[in-house]
Amino acid sequence: MKTDTIAAIATALSDSGIGIIRVSGEEAISIVNKIYRNKKYEDILSDYKSHTIHYGFIMEKNGSLLDEVMVSVMKAPHSYTTEDTVEINCHGGALMKKKILMTVIEAGARLAEPGEFTKRAFLNGRIDLSRAEAVMDMIHAKNQFALKSSIKQLRGSVFEKIRELREKILYEIAFIESALDDPEHISLEGYTERLSNQVCYLIKELEKLLDSADDGKMLKEGIRTVIVGKPNVGKSSLLNLLVGQDRAIVTDIAGTTRDTLEETVNLGDITLNMIDTAGIRNTEDIVEKIGVEKAKKISEDADLILYVMDSSVPLDENDVDIVRMIKEKKTIILLNKSDLDEVVNKSSVDALFSDVCEKNCSVYELSETENDKQWDGNENICMIRISVKKNDGLDLLVELLKKMFFHGQISYDDEVCITSSRHKEALLEALESINQVKRSLKDNMPEDFYSIDLMNAYAALGRIIGEEVEDDLVNEIFSKFCMGK
Amino acid sequence: MVEFREKVDVCVVGAGHAGCEAALACARLGFETVIFTVSVDSIALMPCNPNVGGTSKGHLVREIDALGGEMGKNIDKTFIQSKMLNKSKGPAVHSLRAQADKAEYSRAMRKILENQEHLTIKQAEVCELLVEKGEEVSSNLPNQKVVGLKTFTGTIYECKTVILCTGTYLKARCLCGEAITYTGPNGLQAANHLTDSLLSLGIEMRRFKTGTPARMDRRSLDFDKMEEQFGDERVIPFSFSTDPDEVQIEQVSCYLTYTNEQTHDIIRANLDRSPIYAGVIEGTGPRYCPSIEDKVVKFSDKDRHQVFIEPEGLHTNEMYVSGMSSSLPEDVQLAMYRTVPGLEHCKMVRNAYAIEYDCIDPKQLYPTLEFKSIRGLFSGGQFNGSSGYEEAAAQGLMAGINASLFMQGKEQIVLDRSQAYIGVLIDDLVTKENFEPYRMMTSRAEYRLLLRQDNADLRLRQIGYKVGLVSEELYQATLNKKQQIDAEVSRLKNTIVGASKYIQEFLTVHESAPLKTGVTLAELICRPELTYEMIAEIDPERKPLSADVVEQVEIEIKYEGYIERQLKQVEHYKKMEKKKIPADLDYNEVGSLRLEARQKLIAYKPVSVGQASRISGVSPADISVLLVYLENYHKKIIVSES
Repeated sequence: MKTDTIAAIATALSDSGIGIIRVSGEEAISIVNKIYRNKKYEDILSDYKSHTIHYGFIMEKNGSLLDEVMVSVMKAPHSYTTEDTVEINCHGGALMKKKILMTVIEAGARLAEPGEFTKRAFLNGRIDLSRAEAVMDMIHAKNQFALKSSIKQLRGSVFEKIRELREKILYEIAFIESALDDPEHISLEGYTERLSNQVCYLIKELEKLLDSADDGKMLKEGIRTVIVGKPNVGKSSLLNLLVGQDRAIVTDIAGTTRDTLEETVNLGDITLNMIDTAGIRNTEDIVEKIGVEKAKKISEDADLILYVMDSSVPLDENDVDIVRMIKEKKTIILLNKSDLDEVVNKSSVDALFSDVCEKNCSVYELSETENDKQWDGNENICMIRISVKKNDGLDLLVELLKKMFFHGQISYDDEVCITSSRHKEALLEALESINQVKRSLKDNMPEDFYSIDLMNAYAALGRIIGEEVEDDLVNEIFSKFCMGK
Repeated sequence: MVEFREKVDVCVVGAGHAGCEAALACARLGFETVIFTVSVDSIALMPCNPNVGGTSKGHLVREIDALGGEMGKNIDKTFIQSKMLNKSKGPAVHSLRAQADKAEYSRAMRKILENQEHLTIKQAEVCELLVEKGEEVSSNLPNQKVVGLKTFTGTIYECKTVILCTGTYLKARCLCGEAITYTGPNGLQAANHLTDSLLSLGIEMRRFKTGTPARMDRRSLDFDKMEEQFGDERVIPFSFSTDPDEVQIEQVSCYLTYTNEQTHDIIRANLDRSPIYAGVIEGTGPRYCPSIEDKVVKFSDKDRHQVFIEPEGLHTNEMYVSGMSSSLPEDVQLAMYRTVPGLEHCKMVRNAYAIEYDCIDPKQLYPTLEFKSIRGLFSGGQFNGSSGYEEAAAQGLMAGINASLFMQGKEQIVLDRSQAYIGVLIDDLVTKENFEPYRMMTSRAEYRLLLRQDNADLRLRQIGYKVGLVSEELYQATLNKKQQIDAEVSRLKNTIVGASKYIQEFLTVHESAPLKTGVTLAELICRPELTYEMIAEIDPERKPLSADVVEQVEIEIKYEGYIERQLKQVEHYKKMEKKKIPADLDYNEVGSLRLEARQKLIAYKPVSVGQASRISGVSPADISVLLVYLENYHKKIIVSES
């Protein structure tokens, strides 16, 4: 059976020693051959024997070198899927794996559906019948999860933008189609000019979206992170430092941040979806009180709490409140050094937690010089010293985050990466379709040719926001255009 | 009452456009066929617009013709004006539309039926279907089969198959304002009994409505106030077997005029007297041919709507008022029509009316148009929830073909979405939720670049030939045409012209870029500014070819890139169509299907994974699950058999 060629990251997405991009299908070898060069810069992948592995490079579209890799070739039927399969062993950074995957996709593969390699292995007789039930369950579960996370992760503004673009595209298709179906009532005179303008707009907007997909701005991806702490310990300053711009208003007056602010922060390969909150204290100010309540609520859903303390301000009742709120959540205490005398240190923090939790607590402190104990993977409350003012201690934060989130079997960003790759693939397809419309316009093709590609773009964008095409077009035609005898 | 019994092979219920094609197909394939009609005078009646064809409908007529149906031939004999629509657009959306002489159309078709061997016309109302328990094939499959029917006058016809083509006659009701009559179209007798019989057999019925505008006395109209609309100078026939020279007749004109604010005011002031807006009408109407009151309400920003005045025939003064169907009371109708320029003094021969009728939800049918619950029972046309003469004829033909194949014990034919508009039509009907009478539209055909009206013969003749409805001679002619096209395309792709002075001059004259290196003639034809005809000058080897061959050659070359992309999509599509689902599959056994998908699959019982994937509410993940299940299912069968 002839099949299209699929690709996916086969290893966990998080940073690791090496990563594997798996490509399977009839054109697997020829597709990878487009982007692979051996050390003599030859494209001779198709000449390699089955079950051999080769050193070489993956090249970007523009000809620049992307990564140094080992590529193994497994020819049909002797592979997991029984199809021609190529595995690209690359460096293990999450970003690199993503980039190579997208390069493979741009070269002509399609992003695999959740569970698709296994599905193919089964359909091609590679997996025995007794496991059919399990295969079906796996496909079902993976898809359910992907579907949920895909839409949930999309930023509101991106969602709206895609909706808007789709509406625009649908309107144009409906106009063309109603004119084709009822040429005596609806004329296409002078229409191509309007369409040209729309096409330019669509291309511009889609390119913008693609850029933001590259920057990871399309998704609310990342670790849901809440910054908490007493008023005026430097929470907003920390956020501004991470974001790199004056996003939150910083003043010396306690209680300046009354609402929550949201920002995506990239630290190395780690993405934090940051929510700044109002400082937590007992307050009579109504607006501030709402902010505090909200902060507490948000903290409940957070994956990580950044608890900022000022080393010169003694711990008090408000800190007790905060620790109660944190409970067992993953927390990093950021002890912000100030110019004043230090009154808070590890032992006072240990004492605070021991008091509130009514058991003996010792937080894990990571420092540049030495660590007091071995990391065993179960630490929930950790601590580092930073100086927001001097921009000091961020590398410690990254190191600690990696320890806390990218260890063990949970590869936190996998799902997000798959989602974002899927989005990017759909955007690329939409853009290609709209560019095809542009070419058709340039070649003076008849109008009916435009709507075919517009429809493709419409469907591709729909995949991002989880909407199918169904009878949209016919409904649009009848609701927007008066036709018929 | 003494029972009177007749024994035949096929009973076709209804002699409209679906019934005629169904009956002709069966009789031509040698089956003893009876066609029932409430009135022999209403055979192939056109109770609404006086046209055959139009956008996408013209495609259907061509396809019917290619398969060996009658509609194309009949309109070629009886048209009085003809136009190729969308000529300025791509070849895929060119569509033929002809004005018919209604009475002549009906008479000509009746003549064909009357003289068809093995076919008997019977005027009678069919009121009961006779069904028996058949052989049990699988515990999960219904084992009812049709064995005959009974007319109102008590005669029983025993038969092997029944094809229901009842159109708008079942429990029909016509509405014109407050005036309601319980008749079929044109005051013809309604069929009031069959619905109950169908219900008792477990068939689900629904109610649809449609409408038609008034007919005016030509002598009361002032054509000077309208724009005259002519037919094409050179008429192209519908049928591939009609000699083009025979259709170059003297044509009659249609006329264009417009409604205005005054018209709309009258309508708005009287909306409360419209049965639709007053809530009297229960049926769902089609959105694509809205009544004038619908247009005024829904598109209130439009200050005028087009109105086409079309002759109903050469021997009548009746003129059809296209664009102004209505169910408003007669006095309002007259007042509104008289506001239209040229209609100020119009006299209505027949008033406009809406009609409601019983039909089925077609998800009860296989794509072969056989009922899933009763073997040997087929249906076509408006009874299946479609609308339009051409849609009806297309289904009638397929139902007739498949009923015949059923009796021959052969595999039935399903045209797929990449083969024909007929395939799209039937697949949509049996797979998608339809809430209104279904009309064909070019936008419904995703592979329309391939499904052109100009290549219907190349697509479908062979199928018609294999079934036995297309003669050896016609089939050979099509094969010959195909061979000529291929040869010429290949010649043009392999003939290279160099950048000689002669060629460069030719290109300059035609405002085409000069050559840098040699190119093929095909590459030159691909240029938007050049055509096959134009390059004759630089193509001395060319042999004379017929116009239809040239047309195909040019389209194949000019649109090759687009056509290839569609062919690729088709390849992908076909893969899923080929994966068949056993009719007795128990979806409750398929673990991991989402509940909604399971319910839908049980309700629709799709025949292939492809069809399943088009059911709304069935996701790609459900399809993956289904594929895995089916693989397992087939392997288990192989294991247990061996």
